[in-house]
Amino acid sequence: MAEFSTSVSDKGEISTIYLKGFLDAHTAPMLENTISGLIDSRKYSIVVNFQELAYISSAGLGVFMAFIEKVRENAGDIKLSAMSDKVYNIFDLLGFPLLYEIYKTEEEAINKFKETKNLES
Amino acid sequence: MKAEKSKQNKNMLEIKSRTENLAAIRSFINSAATEAGLTKEVIDNIILAVDEACTNIIKHAYKYSPDGRIIITLKPDKKTFTVEIIDYGKSFDPNIVPNPDLQKYVDQGRVGGLGMYLMKTLMDEVKYYSVPGKFNQVSLSKYINSNGR
Repeated sequence: MAEFSTSVSDKGEISTIYLKGFLDAHTAPMLENTISGLIDSRKYSIVVNFQELAYISSAGLGVFMAFIEKVRENAGDIKLSAMSDKVYNIFDLLGFPLLYEIYKTEEEAINKFKETKNLES
Repeated sequence: MKAEKSKQNKNMLEIKSRTENLAAIRSFINSAATEAGLTKEVIDNIILAVDEACTNIIKHAYKYSPDGRIIITLKPDKKTFTVEIIDYGKSFDPNIVPNPDLQKYVDQGRVGGLGMYLMKTLMDEVKYYSVPGKFNQVSLSKYINSNGR
């Protein structure tokens, strides 16, 4: 059963991970591999697009927690975007909005990275 | 092949302790809760709570050993929708699992306790009962009113 998949698209220095399907304890390792791959390629400006994600359990949320420190240590960030209300509600219940930037659209998340980079240069 | 691994009737699913079975567990709960006339929001909450309970059993009670038994029994009545989950793995004391501290998890790069916290938040009642060395039971209940909410 193809219950979960990820794909990555690079726009300049920013990488977007697209999530599709059901993210649970069984499929979370696939997302770990995707994020590890980006970090190994020294890509630390990461946007995650949740638009096609139908379901998430705490195992899925745990993946974002496992990598955020490493990414931020390298002057990057993982910005989350385009969540359905159902998925956002789970992030909200666990207090994620305090620690992660969550945007309505992928574009907003990308623009935020660009603004930050412009300020730095 | 699936039929060999699991036993199922309308109110009972017996399944092996494998994360690949979480999808089948969610689909079982979805059918039963839909039949009980619950609203989509309530059904989604019950599905997630049961997923978290079974994930904890697979991870902690059976420590990813793939052939442990998980028995899920539904006890729907007019006022409550209860899901009872039994395993024969290692027992634990739910009282020693602290509420999650997200900042600490981020600092340490590790997580734990999120599932239990979600179960408590999404359900109206979460009860644990264990006879160490014999079995563990977690019982998740949602109160329902006449509108299915």
